[in-house]
Amino acid sequence: MTTPSVISLRNVTFGYGDESILDGVNCDILEGDFVGLVGHNGVGKSTLLKIILGALHPQKGTVKLFGIPIKQFHDWDKVGYIPQKAGFSVSHVPITVEEVIKMEDVEDNAVDEALASVDMLIFKNKLLRELSGGQQQRVFIARALVKKPKLLILDEPTVGVDVRTQEKFYELMQKLNHNYHLTLLLVSHDLHTISHQVHCVIQLDKKTIPYETNTCNIIHAHHTDAFNH
Amino acid sequence: MHLITDLFQYGFMVRAFWAGLIVAIIGPLIGSFLVVRKLSLIADALSHVALTGVAIGLLIGVNPLVTTIFFTVITAYIIEEIRSNEHVSAESILAMILPGGLALALILISIANGFNANIFTYLFGSIATVTQQDIWIILSLGIVIGGILLIFYRQFMYTSFDEESARSSGIPVQLVNHVFMILVALTVSVAMKVVGALLIGALMIIPVITAMQVVKGFKISIVVSVLFALLSVLVGLVTSYYANLPAGATIVMISILLFALTSVIRRV
Repeated sequence: MTTPSVISLRNVTFGYGDESILDGVNCDILEGDFVGLVGHNGVGKSTLLKIILGALHPQKGTVKLFGIPIKQFHDWDKVGYIPQKAGFSVSHVPITVEEVIKMEDVEDNAVDEALASVDMLIFKNKLLRELSGGQQQRVFIARALVKKPKLLILDEPTVGVDVRTQEKFYELMQKLNHNYHLTLLLVSHDLHTISHQVHCVIQLDKKTIPYETNTCNIIHAHHTDAFNH
Repeated sequence: MHLITDLFQYGFMVRAFWAGLIVAIIGPLIGSFLVVRKLSLIADALSHVALTGVAIGLLIGVNPLVTTIFFTVITAYIIEEIRSNEHVSAESILAMILPGGLALALILISIANGFNANIFTYLFGSIATVTQQDIWIILSLGIVIGGILLIFYRQFMYTSFDEESARSSGIPVQLVNHVFMILVALTVSVAMKVVGALLIGALMIIPVITAMQVVKGFKISIVVSVLFALLSVLVGLVTSYYANLPAGATIVMISILLFALTSVIRRV
């Protein structure tokens, strides 16, 4: 049985003016994958992320989410996204954890469920700015989870957090991937840390993704076999 | 109490209160989102553009409120276009729009050379000269602004706090930003006659930051900021009448006093 594709990039090319950023990127991320997209700072990871999220359109090539071309894709409830600096810019505003989750169009019980899934339910009525960096991150993960997405994308999720918080974060990611069969894409410049945590690494280098690393097929096949047995 | 009831014997004071109360409600509504977006100074920038609208209105003999709305809305649209497409920071755009609006207004005033007294009322506000036609325009726009904010509260909130996530959640961020900027422009136009072009930003922002000091939650901060603004307008108008002070400036000073008081009380 073929595993459905969640993200599919074919010959994706993008640049600003004469400056080429991405040149013929191919990549497949399949349902249930736990993938790290790595590359040095400035290599084009954020650009690729924006293309995957439909905020930028490639000059050449095709992008598909859940098998649907990105321009025709409207089912954004299937995609959860946590930007790199989520929450950093709102410390001057008294917003509660519950209000953060309710930025999504959801019922009260869904809010509780999402917060419980990241062990943050007891902080529901706290102000976001009263929480630690790691706790704030969990709140934003809960907001992304509240729509019950099939794909969760996190941009540089462990930048500036201590080792203990990192460990707890990756424990949570493993739980979400395993228990909820959530497809995870973590974008990071830190190959060393992320390679120990994710199931496979896709490396962006010299404006493209080398053929050897552009899919997690082998690992996924292994998982499927294990699942079937 | 009779100090207040005495005031309502005069038609101009009744109109002044109505205009002040409407502005006290919509100002902080919009201002709350401006504070989140760290765009508190945009009201000041647009108010300078509004002066150009006033100058043209006086020049061609049209109600200046109408020409002001026209100019501020167009400018607000252009600001958002530049901000989202040209990689220019909002702060830099404001630094250009603010003196630009004032410069154009000054040129027009110089060309007309005849309505210096009138323009003064728009610079510093002249709530006592609010006409019945002004009230209807202010009320209509107030309902439109408040209604749109209420209906699309979640979209405005999500986009103001976290544009990237809002986009990935399927919210048409660009459209929301453009609509929001137009609402800011309308609010500035409406508020100008009440507190004056140079003082508008204060009534939109100070009650908001005062409320944010004392409450736990964004939605409740909006409600409390409206209450602070209403109190500022009410006390400001009564004080200005009996002390023979300019209304707009008194309203702004009362709102600053409330901010100072809450700061002290919070620390005690």
